[in-house]
Amino acid sequence: MNRTWIDLAYLVAAVLFIFGLKGLTRPRTAVRGNLTGACAMLLAVIVTLFDQQVLTFGTILTGIVIGGAIGALFATRVKMEQMPEMVALFNGFGGVASTLVAGAEFLRTDDATTDVAIATAASGLIGTVTLSGSLVAFAKLAEFKFMKKVKPLPMSNIVNGVLGLVALLLCGLLVANPATDTYYWLIVLVALGLGYSLTIAIGGADMPVVIALLNSYSGLAAAATGFVLQNNVLIISGSLVGASGIILTMIMCDAMNRSLPAVLFGTLGPSADTKSADEVYTNVKSTSAEEVAMLLDVARRVVIVPGYGMAVAQAQHSVRDLANLLMERGMEVEFGIHPVAGRMPGHMNVLLAEADIPYDLLKEMDDINSTMEQTDVCIVIGANDTVNPDARTNPNSPIAGMPIINVDKARTSVVIKRSLSPGFAGIPNPLFSADNALMLFGDGKDAVTDIITAIKEG
Amino acid sequence: MPIHLTLLLAETADAPAVASTGAGSLIAALTIFVLAVIVGVEVITKIPPTLHTPLMSGSNAISGITVVGALLAAGAEHFDFAKFLGLMAVILATVNVVGGFMVTHRMLGKFQRRD
Repeated sequence: MNRTWIDLAYLVAAVLFIFGLKGLTRPRTAVRGNLTGACAMLLAVIVTLFDQQVLTFGTILTGIVIGGAIGALFATRVKMEQMPEMVALFNGFGGVASTLVAGAEFLRTDDATTDVAIATAASGLIGTVTLSGSLVAFAKLAEFKFMKKVKPLPMSNIVNGVLGLVALLLCGLLVANPATDTYYWLIVLVALGLGYSLTIAIGGADMPVVIALLNSYSGLAAAATGFVLQNNVLIISGSLVGASGIILTMIMCDAMNRSLPAVLFGTLGPSADTKSADEVYTNVKSTSAEEVAMLLDVARRVVIVPGYGMAVAQAQHSVRDLANLLMERGMEVEFGIHPVAGRMPGHMNVLLAEADIPYDLLKEMDDINSTMEQTDVCIVIGANDTVNPDARTNPNSPIAGMPIINVDKARTSVVIKRSLSPGFAGIPNPLFSADNALMLFGDGKDAVTDIITAIKEG
Repeated sequence: MPIHLTLLLAETADAPAVASTGAGSLIAALTIFVLAVIVGVEVITKIPPTLHTPLMSGSNAISGITVVGALLAAGAEHFDFAKFLGLMAVILATVNVVGGFMVTHRMLGKFQRRD
């Protein structure tokens, strides 16, 4: 096929990718948007096979069959709770694929221009950082046992700085000596270490930021490879993904009131002015499922605030049953979703949607907060730091200024939790000791099931 | 947004000719990159938080576009190290593409009921 026709087909694919992403702006059009993106990919792949550079098809077919089978297996088997680790792993695959493509192209050309050498270095660096960073994120999110034994590097910021400088130096050497392949593989080697050292210290509540940032990197790596190959569809699609990841990263940082550098290089821990758990938990009132059922019996408006603990307890289906039961009895039920609830952007929404909870009941933080004072009962299940009023009232708290769901402003709040143990931020939560708060200790799923039984019997 | 899009389309259509001349290719490619980032920002800021997880898995699949480059490397005539790298890249990028689009489809199916 003529070069011009191939490039025109790539243009069509790029436009379809943009319309595909546009489809994701509404749940109603999202399925079609995703299919549009898939068609664009198919088109790009098919026209590439007509390129004059493609001379044999055996290897390609082997690769596509193996990759397609693995991808399909992942996609059909993964549980919705496991989405964060799967996306992390796939980010890594995308990043390293871009690195390999840039490497292969670099091996084949002996006289790379400066432009191409810069792009090759960028692709090797970004793609490989994406790979090792994503593998660390994957291992953390999947909670592999060996990750518990892995300690963060001592003086990690210095290690990061040194590795970063060495990587940049090697990039410079590669651009100065584009005929030498060694520098490329040295960049890859150093970038493997850099990705590891950047990600290993980050944990817990900051995971949504990391995973969004790695998402962005995987796109930027593809765009850099596009510069190497001078291929517009790679540049356009890669930068769309890069932009998407960066936006999500910023949304997550805003939702925690932390800057990106603070997440990447800082630490979060109790400061000297933080009260100890014993000082805070002086007024904790334990309750029973029957008592909660009685409260709900006279309530008109109920808000449920889920956190990652709900996913761990697999309680979303019981929560759906409870919501349905309350709505059948004429109550108004809504869900308050904090942007960083869960381990990746939008994670709670997917879990609740999987449990057949209509998405129009899922309210964003600002929307639900404006109705909190008119809420009779607010049920918190598996959330902690995202409902900690210290963020609003105590300027010395490590989470001061973080936007929270104002559960403490509801007339009564019921917190379902195994114990009074702290959340990711490691600080006590004054909500648990508030006058209008009741603690229902136990497993999330069992507790909700008990409430349902108590309501039906009462 | 319509203005950005028009600019982008015009630029992309011209780009192959510019790219082949060599000298202006980096600027042409940078132009496309910057405009595509702007389009991306415009489109993606309108996506509601409800759909952020499908957005991540879907955009992840799109980053598998690198498969296009992988195909070129893997389709070379002689089997050498570069072709081997191409094969590895085809496998990994295809996992990304097929897995990404399929899991996004599966997820979005759950947002469709009671519409």
